Amino acid sequence: MSERYIARSRAVAARVLDGEVMIMSATDSTLFSLSDVATIIWQEADGRTPLSSIVKNRICPEFDVAQDDAYRDAEAFTERLASHGILRISDRPILDDEPPASAS
Amino acid sequence: MSLVQQLNQKALAHGVALSVHLDLTYRCNERCEHCYLEHDDRGEMSTSEIRTLLSQLADAGVFFLTLSGGEPLVRNDCFEIIEYARDLQFNVKLKTNAILIREKEAARLKTLGVQQVQISLYSHQAEVHDAITKVQGSLERTLAGIRVLRAQGLNVSVANVLMKSNASDSEAVRALAGEFGAHYTLDPTITPMIDGGTEVLRHRASAADVAGVFHNSALVGNVEEFCAPPQAVDEGILEGLPCSAGHTACYISPYGDLYPCVQFPLPCGNVRRQSFPEIWQESPQLADVRSIRGKDLETCSACSHLGTCSRCPGLAYMEGNMRGPSSVDCEKSLFRTGIPSAAMMASGRTTRPTFRPSLVQIQLA
Repeated sequence: MSERYIARSRAVAARVLDGEVMIMSATDSTLFSLSDVATIIWQEADGRTPLSSIVKNRICPEFDVAQDDAYRDAEAFTERLASHGILRISDRPILDDEPPASAS
Repeated sequence: MSLVQQLNQKALAHGVALSVHLDLTYRCNERCEHCYLEHDDRGEMSTSEIRTLLSQLADAGVFFLTLSGGEPLVRNDCFEIIEYARDLQFNVKLKTNAILIREKEAARLKTLGVQQVQISLYSHQAEVHDAITKVQGSLERTLAGIRVLRAQGLNVSVANVLMKSNASDSEAVRALAGEFGAHYTLDPTITPMIDGGTEVLRHRASAADVAGVFHNSALVGNVEEFCAPPQAVDEGILEGLPCSAGHTACYISPYGDLYPCVQFPLPCGNVRRQSFPEIWQESPQLADVRSIRGKDLETCSACSHLGTCSRCPGLAYMEGNMRGPSSVDCEKSLFRTGIPSAAMMASGRTTRPTFRPSLVQIQLA
């Protein structure tokens, strides 16, 4: 299995409201409200950390879920966000000079 | 309930200003006949002051940021401000006449991830549009701006204002917006000058033209539903909030004055003297605005239109009482449904009322 790297896109607006991350895509104006798990994936999407590491080190210790199941869900989630231009996905680290966005 | 409605409810519950409208300048390169602003610069906030303000807004949870003016692009630092706002992850909407937007500027806005560019367009005919803006060639330049923005794939909204001078052109403007793949809005409200002056109201469209807007399915959707007689006023409506102004939204002038809304000139503080959170949380004026419920509205609380009226508390404030009726909205309810409002009945007027501003407070830093 090849590694998957994810990076937050700059073409989004994001804000934390009552502990929940709200994201709006500038591409299609879709508004997302992220769950606890999705919020962790979003916050860890620095382009350098493999998705498998995010699942293993950040999600599985906090939630009662098998690693394989969590990874499958994470893959589906990242693909959905990528389809709205919110995340970028690559099989190599995403190390461009674009500073990663993070919700404030 | 949609996600946006949920977001608004959550912001309301937590006292968060979800939306802020920030005018970067009152200066403008057009002189629109219906404009509510004076265009002299009386000491705009500097780039540094605006950066500080934006940081405060982001920390306070503001998500939707509208940057407007005047014409915001006459500021040399406009792109720097937009870039900083985007670094802070705001959802940025830019209101402009697009006169200063060429390919380079459009590409920059695209790169910065601006959510929407709203562009004022009053007619498809140069002789009409340019007469309203008082700038020869402005239509041509605005259309060129829209073209390059759309070529970048940016979300463009064409904003028209219904006036005497352009009432017969609104359908053609809508069609033009459609050709560009842009959204279209038509506002039949002419707002009094921000200093209370009413001379601009002479540009208001006729009653028949305003009524025509409300009965145009292309603009309002289901006309039968939109123009239906109001339903009975229930407890939920009486306990409801008049609008988001001061609750989850506010307006900040180029001089740092904070108001509940751009159309609600009740001074609540100045971000040059206090931080945004201090004003938002502690302003007695905002507390007063927030205390108002439907049942507290004088005359309106007994009006059958209460649940569906577009009543603007800011326009009511400019008429002398933010708990009172807004005659412009009484008029809209009448034109929409054919049923006079309680305020119109009480005054014996069941035709177009007269706007009578009697209290306007403007505080300039």
